[in-house]
Amino acid sequence: MNRSELKNEIERAWPGVQCRLDAASGASEVACERAVLVDVCRRLFHEWGFGFAGLIVEEGAEAWLLRYVFYGERDAGRVCVLVSGPLAEQVFPSIAVKARIPAADWHEREAEDLFGVRFEGHPRLGDFVLHDDAWQEGVEPMRRGFDPEAALRNRLPHPDWRPRRIVQEAGAFVMPVGPKFSGVAESVHFELETVGEDVIRSWTRLFYKWRAVEKLAEGKTIDDALLLAERFAATTAFAHGLAFCQAVETVAGAETPARARILRVFLAELERLRQHAGAIREICESTALAVANSQAAMLEEELLRVSGELSGHRYLFGLLAPGGLLADLPTQACRTAQREASAAVARLDELERRLTISSSFLDRIEEVGIIRPHTARSYSLVGPVARASAFARDLRRAQPYSGYDEFEFEVPSEEEGDGYARLRVLFAEARQSVRIMEQAARALGEGGDVRAPVTPCAGAALGWAEAPRGATFHWVRLDQAGRIGRYRVMTPSFANWHSFHLAAEKFAFQDFPIILSTFDLSVAENDR
Amino acid sequence: MSQWVIRGLRSGIVTTAYPRSAETAAGVTPGLPVGGELGAQAAALVQRCPVHALQEAGGRVSVDYRRCVHCFRCARGVDSALAWQQSYEWGSRGEAAPQDSLGDPFRRSAHILVVDAGDCGACLNEVKQLNNPYYNMHRLGFFITPTPRHADVLLVVGPVTDHMRVALKKIYDAMPTPKRVVAVGACALTGGVFADSFVSAGGVHQVLPVDVEVPGNPPPPLAILHGLLVAVGRKPAASSTSVHAAAGRP
Repeated sequence: MNRSELKNEIERAWPGVQCRLDAASGASEVACERAVLVDVCRRLFHEWGFGFAGLIVEEGAEAWLLRYVFYGERDAGRVCVLVSGPLAEQVFPSIAVKARIPAADWHEREAEDLFGVRFEGHPRLGDFVLHDDAWQEGVEPMRRGFDPEAALRNRLPHPDWRPRRIVQEAGAFVMPVGPKFSGVAESVHFELETVGEDVIRSWTRLFYKWRAVEKLAEGKTIDDALLLAERFAATTAFAHGLAFCQAVETVAGAETPARARILRVFLAELERLRQHAGAIREICESTALAVANSQAAMLEEELLRVSGELSGHRYLFGLLAPGGLLADLPTQACRTAQREASAAVARLDELERRLTISSSFLDRIEEVGIIRPHTARSYSLVGPVARASAFARDLRRAQPYSGYDEFEFEVPSEEEGDGYARLRVLFAEARQSVRIMEQAARALGEGGDVRAPVTPCAGAALGWAEAPRGATFHWVRLDQAGRIGRYRVMTPSFANWHSFHLAAEKFAFQDFPIILSTFDLSVAENDR
Repeated sequence: MSQWVIRGLRSGIVTTAYPRSAETAAGVTPGLPVGGELGAQAAALVQRCPVHALQEAGGRVSVDYRRCVHCFRCARGVDSALAWQQSYEWGSRGEAAPQDSLGDPFRRSAHILVVDAGDCGACLNEVKQLNNPYYNMHRLGFFITPTPRHADVLLVVGPVTDHMRVALKKIYDAMPTPKRVVAVGACALTGGVFADSFVSAGGVHQVLPVDVEVPGNPPPPLAILHGLLVAVGRKPAASSTSVHAAAGRP
């Protein structure tokens, strides 16, 4: 289905509903009433094959404005379903429940916690971003009237907070894990219920690391907000910064110079390669395969050094700027980096060959932590996790940005949805990344402009990128003064954490850390 | 299995010579800006720093390393830029009443508990790199432990979010004495870009006494290693403010 067919379908199905096609951004905006919201979302998601990217809530002067973002394959583009309601009335229908879109579940819970908007029909609102043991009811930090300096400071989590128990079997018990667990791990809490060997129920409690990035960004200049975009989940800083810059550039109508676009692609792929090497290292580490762990760790460190030598920073900070790049990179240095990346990928290939004949390793990840294709689709999973479950949507291909449509690459995918499939996707994507880097290095001429002037003006736009962990969407509204009015970040880990418990349940305790590592989840990216 | 052994042996030894001698490989550190004499340009440059790490007096710029978040805005896209030094020995003493280093019994064996108190993932990833063959911190007697009961050093990353405060304090209280706290990264020192907000404390020192600080956003593995060596008394502490260099890079 392409954009104009979609417009016709929508306007025929619901007389009075407007579908506006924005030629410049390629997005369709569907403004509808609350009464038909569920129906519109249901058909987009279940009949027309759109994925759910996220929910953006805005508090206007007199009304709520809710924006449900969907995205499809290339011709279908992106669809924003807009619905509004008076401020005093804070109730909207839950599309997670009523339109059966599980992917919207956590978005609705987050909006309820932070804005106080209620979603009719949603059974599990509360205790999500704001932990119940730390926040009193009725505090809505994302509302305009919320005073961050008010008396809430220094409140503490309740020291006697205890996990809930669901499984009521003889001998059942809860194994609480975290927020501090293991050697070097991000803070997150799991409750694993069991009667002995298998994890019967797994529950993930996140947001121990909530830094309120979306709130902190409000009122900041675009340059200051970029610092937050780069640094809230810095293992994939470049992808997030890129999505943010692209949103700002769309608002300002700025055209990024060709050289900057190629360099951005080059750096984004270098970041993906390094992050995938890190993810592979985590999988080897979780299975206690010491030599493979060391080999992958060496490759990760070498790629960090390549990034550091090329850009001055091991995590590529301080290069992106709205309109292009803050500094040019010498073509020769890029070609050197590309050769080193190619050599690293050759060694990754060798590592993969060895791993695929190590039966003790394969036993730990094959047919473990399975995500079915149906789940991947209904939870709108993203990145290597989705692609290992036959849901091969990649924004670089589906919604090209920064000139990705000029590069040749494949989007690897697997069918099984187990840990081994996810590992194979990581290796295959690393090969594609270096393939793109080779083309980018060739396409780089001898210098040229890398930054176009950006004059901030009022407006709003969506920016997106295929981050190493999957699709990331950054939505930015600038006010009259060119400062951030609202910033919404919809990250791949937020989408993928939602399904993690499904993979962990029914497997033995000792599989748990291995399943966790094959998901390559970032807590910082989820918690923001 | 034998092929893994052979592969491992074939890789040879890649471990850095640090701390015996300096590491000179490219890309091991993002470096830090050096203060300098910038004359009339100084005030404008100080304005460019988003985290107020630069101070100016009479045309001289000095840098507070505890605040620097490596945005490179004092070095890129500006005519009179600050020079950057490719150093990594950044571990300095805490601001308020730091304890001395752990001393003799711990010089060659210290157990470290790593706590993520709101980190973006980069500092934590650099801590993980300390176990890769390039840094191999085991050779220096540093071991990561998952339990506070075995820990001598508490290494904290992140600005300390409110939801992590109680956990962090419980962990600290559960550690036997003598113990030292090492705060790693700009967020753990000053809150970094998250500063001090309604959901985070703006640094570990707001919650626990900090003995060693490692600036950087994130500090590279060698800087974290230096901070640990300072904590056990094998390296002298660095200063957290830049020396005034003679001149900035043109």
